[in-house]
Amino acid sequence: MKAFDYIEIRVPAKPQYVSVIRLTISGLALRVGFTYDEIEDLKIATGEAVTNVVHHAYHDTEEGEVVIGCALFDNKIEIMVADYGNSFNFEEVKSKIGPYNENEKISMLREGGLGLYLMEALMDEVKVNNEGGVTVFMTKYVAREQVEDYDERIVT
Amino acid sequence: MNINVKFQKDGEVVHGYIDGEIDTYTAPILREELDALEIEKDLLVQLDLSKVSYLDSTGLGIFVAFYKKVVKENAHFKLVGLTARLVRLFEITGLSELMDIETNTKVEYNNESI
Repeated sequence: MKAFDYIEIRVPAKPQYVSVIRLTISGLALRVGFTYDEIEDLKIATGEAVTNVVHHAYHDTEEGEVVIGCALFDNKIEIMVADYGNSFNFEEVKSKIGPYNENEKISMLREGGLGLYLMEALMDEVKVNNEGGVTVFMTKYVAREQVEDYDERIVT
Repeated sequence: MNINVKFQKDGEVVHGYIDGEIDTYTAPILREELDALEIEKDLLVQLDLSKVSYLDSTGLGIFVAFYKKVVKENAHFKLVGLTARLVRLFEITGLSELMDIETNTKVEYNNESI
């Protein structure tokens, strides 16, 4: 049995869908047991990654898609945001992302302004892979107390 | 999802009220409204963000651009009514060191859940 549930969302890379992704992430994060503040962090970090893809898509003539993969664990959420339309193998892409590359970070900052700064500040781990489309891979952990309160926290 | 921007001029002070979510979709509306504002020397532009339920780097970028414009005209810029969430974003990005920011504790509790 897998240790996590995997959810994939695909939307056209258009600005009007960024808020839809934020709402979805918010719902999934609530399932994992994150607090309101942590959920807000997740919404912003994911929003930033999706916004980057939307901006890139705007420079191209052809309309693209943004793919958001979420792995829900007992104590963490892993979110991957990719700017190519093909469905991807979550485990495979995850294994390809190496240690943080300082050069990549700087080039991202030049393009995306404060976006990556915010992602790094609001998430526990952020990795960027530039091979075959930009993929952002980020993780946030639930604080220990919240894991213990897991059952009580789900009041939908 | 929408955004509303209203301005009210009161002598040397322009009060701006922003209501809604500021992201890449609503940003052009906010940018347009702020660009249309005439900035005179010594004017104080005070933007009330107490009704802003979401803000990301797109919105921060707009405030930075507007802040630069106001300073260039020798006018003054102030952000008021920020929730704890918003203050955190301005602190993380270092903007709170540059800009005049006032929090509103009364609003903090009401807006926290959005």
